[in-house]
Amino acid sequence: MAAADVTSSSSSRPFANARLPFGIFAFLGLALFVLGIDQFVNALTLGAIYALVALGYTMVYGIIELINFAHGDVFMVGSFVAMFISSSLLGNEGAITNIPLLAGSVLVLFALTIGVMAIVGALIERLAYRPLRRAPRLAPLITAIGVSFILQNVIQFFFGPTIVTVPQLVPIEWSIEVSGSRVPLLNIFVIAASVALMFALQLFISRTRTGRAMRTTSMDRDASSLMGVDINRTIMITFLIGSGLAGAAGVVHGLYYGNTSFNLGFQSGLKAFTAAVLGGIGNTAGAALGGFLIAFIEVGASAFGYGRWGGAVVFSLLVIFLVFRPTGLLGSHSGDRA
Amino acid sequence: MSRIVDAVNAPFAPVRAYFRKHRSLGIFVGVVLLSVALPLLTRVPPFDGIQSTNAWVNAFTTAAIYAMLAMGLNVVIGFAGLLDLGYAAFFALGGYTYALAASPFSGIHLPFWPMLLAGGIVGAIFGVLLGAPTLRLRGDYLAIVTLGFGEIVPITLMNADKFTDGVNGIGGIDKPNIPGILQFTLINPWPMYGLVVVLFTLIMIMIYRLEDSRLGRTWDAIREDELAAESSGVNTVIAKLQAFAVGASIAGIVGVVNAAKITIVTPDQFRFAVSISALAAVVLGGMGNTIGVATGAFIIYLFQSILLKQLNTLVENFNIPILNQIDFLEFQYVLYGIVLVLMMLKRPQGIFPARRRMREFAPLKIGKGGLK
Repeated sequence: MAAADVTSSSSSRPFANARLPFGIFAFLGLALFVLGIDQFVNALTLGAIYALVALGYTMVYGIIELINFAHGDVFMVGSFVAMFISSSLLGNEGAITNIPLLAGSVLVLFALTIGVMAIVGALIERLAYRPLRRAPRLAPLITAIGVSFILQNVIQFFFGPTIVTVPQLVPIEWSIEVSGSRVPLLNIFVIAASVALMFALQLFISRTRTGRAMRTTSMDRDASSLMGVDINRTIMITFLIGSGLAGAAGVVHGLYYGNTSFNLGFQSGLKAFTAAVLGGIGNTAGAALGGFLIAFIEVGASAFGYGRWGGAVVFSLLVIFLVFRPTGLLGSHSGDRA
Repeated sequence: MSRIVDAVNAPFAPVRAYFRKHRSLGIFVGVVLLSVALPLLTRVPPFDGIQSTNAWVNAFTTAAIYAMLAMGLNVVIGFAGLLDLGYAAFFALGGYTYALAASPFSGIHLPFWPMLLAGGIVGAIFGVLLGAPTLRLRGDYLAIVTLGFGEIVPITLMNADKFTDGVNGIGGIDKPNIPGILQFTLINPWPMYGLVVVLFTLIMIMIYRLEDSRLGRTWDAIREDELAAESSGVNTVIAKLQAFAVGASIAGIVGVVNAAKITIVTPDQFRFAVSISALAAVVLGGMGNTIGVATGAFIIYLFQSILLKQLNTLVENFNIPILNQIDFLEFQYVLYGIVLVLMMLKRPQGIFPARRRMREFAPLKIGKGGLK
């Protein structure tokens, strides 16, 4: 599911990993050239959000092979929790110009939202997925859909069916000059925070004992159980982390767009899921890569005046990709099933 | 308990034996009896208080359309074991086919009856077009491809304004008529009800006959073990394509009927939610069991669209002080979600599981005759 699989799959394709960084840089350079700096930064920011959500999809799929349809809505709930904490608990109304106060507020906002969403995610797993661990494949898929219904409508009940504004804590005027264009600090902060979280996740999975338990569980659940891994605990931790990251994506979304609505989860969830598949489902680095790729496609489409077709392009790419390279960009442990 | 059930069932034994032998006739008689009984039932309390008989008949028609859709999806998922998450796309293609062939928007007014067939053909063509490159994929990958296709179709319908009038959709679609005898109208729900009953019967008979055919057994084999089926000489790609085509053509036909019933098609009618509710009906009804799936879909639709909306009145009748304060209408989708989750937790095999799956779920029983 993680770094280990990348190395194991690359052993059969020795040049894959050497080519990859080059490919990414070439792509980024091309994108920067084609889109211009403003759109480039926009795409990176959107990509950070997609990538954070995609990580949750890919981790859950990697470990229990469930397409967690409720995950997009977990992201949506995260954005509402962030809104609630920011405006009601911390009493924010708009930008904070005092730097220590701003840093403190943002830190508290991230910590609380991630914590709350991690608990929500673990609860969902405990109530809706764990009882069905031995049931046929489709049963948890249906409960996931049920959970998605519940989350959407509970939020709609409390916050109404309209778009809700979220305080944008980082002042939008703050920006730096890059070759003649203004790049808002907000975007840089959002990208940096997301990338930091992704690196933390990567370290956690590859270095810690729990991370190793997650990798073994995703490879062979029964065997790792025999080796003394507590399967239920490991799966619950996977949900904790995945939902926490979705919560972080919710915070980022609120800070960046300044609004949210109860039906945010579905479309963005679908795109994040596409990102997870493009990168190679079950592969965390791939999910992040896929998230950025999809954002670039979407932003590119709207930059050239085909914004309405962005979704269609993304999904067509998904279909084409799956037909010709079902293991995704970076390959995955479940590739043999495709 | 079972003795009582046996005693009640005993007089019907010859009837059941007869219809087991002549199943198509049995389906015909059953559907006709039900289609007469349901409107009669709406005349008795408590059903008569909820809405007028005409409104009920209209609801039954929609429920039957939904049930046909679920039966078609069941061929793909329950028989061949292919998870299709974009089934609404074929439904949409059927609907738009008829809308373009018989509406003021296109200026063409072709008659309804041949278009019924055309909708099925268009569905089948797109089913094969989607299936041919993708059916080599297995399991969840196929699910994801179909999901992508299910999103592409409404987005394309929405953006290709020139041909589909975009978000507004195509309105004023012609109603079917039988020249000189019967003109369908929006006010009178009965002709459409009759049409749907006939179509429902035909589709159900067709699916049952398919299930028992050589093709049906091929699907069984592929679903249970694709590798074993392939090694036994089954051309799995062709058989899977056929499952896709059959499912898609049923969705196409039903799409035409649906478009003719509500006389407008918009891209929003065919979003992911439709694919999902059809899937929910298949799984809740009992995957692989045609009657179970149809009944499940019928019940779910009525539950969702009528019972949940009636909860307020129901609770008021009971006069429980706290519950009276709550407006259940606001909670209807939360309740739907809770029901989905609870149903799956308590009965993952569905309400009416297929006999084969029932055995898979039952614990191994060792009786007098050894292992059963």
